[in-house]
Amino acid sequence: MSGILVIGEVQDGAIAPVSAELLAAARKLADEGVGGGISLAVMGDDLSGVSAAQAPGADSIVLISNPALKDGGTGGYDAPVLAVAALNESKSPDVILFAKTDFGAVAGPRLAFKLGVPVAQDCIDIAVDSETGRVAVTRPVFGGNALAVYGFNGDGTQIATIRPGVFDPIEGEGSGSVEEFDASEAVSEVRSTLVETVVQQSEGVRLEDADFIISGGRGLGGPEPFEQLQELADVLGGAVGASRAACDAGWVDHSYQIGLTGKSVKPTVYLSVGISGASQHMAGLSGARNIVAINKDGDANIFKSARFGVVGDWEKVLPAFTATVRDLAG
Amino acid sequence: MALRIAVCVKQVPDPETPASAFNVDESVNRVVPAPGIPPVVNGFDLHAVEAALRIKDTGDAEVTVLAVGNDFVMDVMKKPLSMGADTLVLAEDPALEDLDAVGTVNVLAAMIEKTGPFDLILAGRQASDWDQAHVPLGLAERMGLPSVTLARNVEPQDGKVRVERALTDGYQVVEAPTPAVITVSNEIGEARYPTLRGIMAASRKQPERLTLDDLGLSAESLQPALSLKRLFIPESESQVEIIEGEDEADAGRKLALRLRELNLI
Ligand SMILES: Cc1cc2nc3c(=O)[nH]c(=O)nc-3n(C[C@H](O)[C@H](O)[C@H](O)COP(=O)(O)OP(=O)(O)OC[C@H]3O[C@@H](n4cnc5c(N)ncnc54)[C@H](O)[C@@H]3O)c2cc1C
Ligand SMILES: Nc1ncnc2c1ncn2[C@@H]1O[C@H](COP(=O)(O)O)[C@@H](O)[C@H]1O
Repeated sequence: MSGILVIGEVQDGAIAPVSAELLAAARKLADEGVGGGISLAVMGDDLSGVSAAQAPGADSIVLISNPALKDGGTGGYDAPVLAVAALNESKSPDVILFAKTDFGAVAGPRLAFKLGVPVAQDCIDIAVDSETGRVAVTRPVFGGNALAVYGFNGDGTQIATIRPGVFDPIEGEGSGSVEEFDASEAVSEVRSTLVETVVQQSEGVRLEDADFIISGGRGLGGPEPFEQLQELADVLGGAVGASRAACDAGWVDHSYQIGLTGKSVKPTVYLSVGISGASQHMAGLSGARNIVAINKDGDANIFKSARFGVVGDWEKVLPAFTATVRDLAG
Repeated sequence: MALRIAVCVKQVPDPETPASAFNVDESVNRVVPAPGIPPVVNGFDLHAVEAALRIKDTGDAEVTVLAVGNDFVMDVMKKPLSMGADTLVLAEDPALEDLDAVGTVNVLAAMIEKTGPFDLILAGRQASDWDQAHVPLGLAERMGLPSVTLARNVEPQDGKVRVERALTDGYQVVEAPTPAVITVSNEIGEARYPTLRGIMAASRKQPERLTLDDLGLSAESLQPALSLKRLFIPESESQVEIIEGEDEADAGRKLALRLRELNLI
C-alpha cells in the first residue's frame, strides 16, 4: 500500500481549480513523508479537454472515461464511487483525498464505508503525524466554534475530504504521465437514476471565484435591499452572497448561501451587511483575506474576525459607501 | 399498507449557544455543556421529521424515530412525537456517549433490523456537533441500500422514491429504488411547530428503549476508527479597526476611502 490518490473533478471540460488545491494538500503529505507518488484520477464521459498540464503536482493522471460518469454520474454518485473503489483495488493507495464539494462530501464517506475504513470530512489541514507516520487532520467542529485534530487508527487506507479554499494551488504547469483506467465493469452496478439537473447559477462572477463579495443577512429585513448589494457588486466586479437566515427567509436563493452548509469563498474583501457572524457562517470564510462588517450591534460576533468595521445602521452606512466607491471608480 | 418511514435523530448541544458560552475542557478533549442551555434535536433532523410528516399528511404512513446516544432529555427527544411522529425508539447506554460514525452506523443498523423493515430511512444532512455528514451514507453502504443526500423534496412512488437534491447551484432530480436512505436539508422548508394536541399526545407516549444487549452489540465492537487527539477553541487573531465618522453616512464614506487607501477595492 503506497501513494496518494487524489480524486479530481472536471469543470468546464478541464480539471477544476478545487482539484488543483487538493494536489497542493497531497504535495504537503508527500513532502512530510507519504511515499509512492501522487496520482490524480479524473472521471467523466468526455475527458478530451483534460491534460497533465492542468495538474501541477501530480506524478500521474488517471483518466476514467465512461458514459455512466457523465456530469458526476447519477445523483447518489453511485457510478463514481464504484469506479474509485475499483481503482483503489488496483492501486491500493495509502491516502485518498476528495474535495468537500457536492460530489466529494458524498463520494468520500461512501467510498470509506464501502472499503470499511474511516473518513475525516471537511478538513482544513492535513499532516503526517511524526510519531505514528499516519495522517492527522484538523477539522472545524461544533459549527466552527472549536477545532479538532484526529489521527487515523490502524493501518488501512486513510480517506479525507478537504474544505475548498484553504490550500493554494501549486503554480505552473504539470507534467505528470497519463494513463487510462477501465471502470466499465464496476459502474454497471449503479442503482439510482439521475432524472435531471437544474442549474440555478446567478449571472456574472461565481461566488467561489469572486475577489469582492458583498453579503447580506437577516439585518437587511427583506429581499429588496439585495438589489442595493447587487449594484455595489456590479461596480466592483464582485458577487453577492448571503447568510443562511436570509436564504431560509426566501429573500434570495440558497445558491447565495455562504458558510458551513453553503459555499466556501476566498475574496480579497468580504463585506458583510447585517450579518451577526455566527460560527457556521464564518466557516465559509476561512479563505477570505479581509472581512469588513457593517452591523448596528458593536458586540456582534462578526467584529471578532473583521479587519474593518462600521457600527451603524446599514441603511445609512451603505448608500454613502456605495456612492464613494462610485466616485472613486470615476 | 402503510408506508413505513424511519427518521434518525440526534440530540446535540444547542448550536445557537453564543460563542462566549461555548467551552472546551482541553484536558479530556470534551465540550463542556453550557450551563442553563438545554440540548436540542439536531436542526436538520427536524427537517427530516418534517419530510416524513408531509408524506404522512397525504398518504398512509407510519413514522418511527430512532436515536442513539446517552443522557437523553425526554422533553427534547419527544419533540418529533409532538410534531406528529408515531413512535420513538432510543438506544441509550453510557457506552454510546463517544461513538464515532462507524459505531453509530452499527447501532442504527441493528435498531433498523429490530424495528424494521422500513421503506424509507430519513436522516438530517449533518449533525451540528461534529459536523461530519456521513452517518447516513455509512448506514446505506452498511445495509446495501441506495442513498441520496440533501433532499429538498421527497416523494415516494411505487417501489421507488423521487428526490429533489439541493446542489450549491440548483438542484437535481434523482430516483432510487426503495428501501433507500435519504438525507434532508433545510431547503425543504421550515419544520412544523408542535400543536397543543400533539404535545398532549406525545406526553402520554413512552419511548421504546433498546440496550446494547437487546441489539446484540458489545461495547468493544464500537471502538472508534479515528482518534480525537486534540480539541480546542481557536484564537481569533483579528484586531478590528472600527471606522468612525461624524455620522453613520460619514463612516460609510470613510470606510470606502480606507479600503481604497489600502488598494483593497
Ligand atoms: C448545522 C448548521 C449549519 C449552518 N450553516 C450555515 C451556513 O452555511 N451559513 C450561514 O450563514 N448560517 C448557517 N447556519 C445558521 C447560523 O447559525 C446563523 O443562524 C445564521 O448565520 C444567522 O444569520 P444572520 O447573521 O443573517 O442573522 P442574525 O444572527 O439574526 O443576525 C442579524 C444581524 O443583523 C444586524 N442588524 C439588524 N438590523 C441591522 C441594521 N439595520 N443595520 C445593520 N445591522 C443590522 C444585527 O445586529 C445582527 O447582528 C447554520 C446553522 C447550523 C446549526
Ligand atoms: N447518534 C445518532 N442517533 C440517531 N441518528 C444519528 C446519530 N448520529 C447521526 N445521526 C443521523 O445522521 C445525520 C448525519 O449525522 P453526522 O454524520 O454525524 O453529521 C444526523 O443528522 C442524524 O439524522
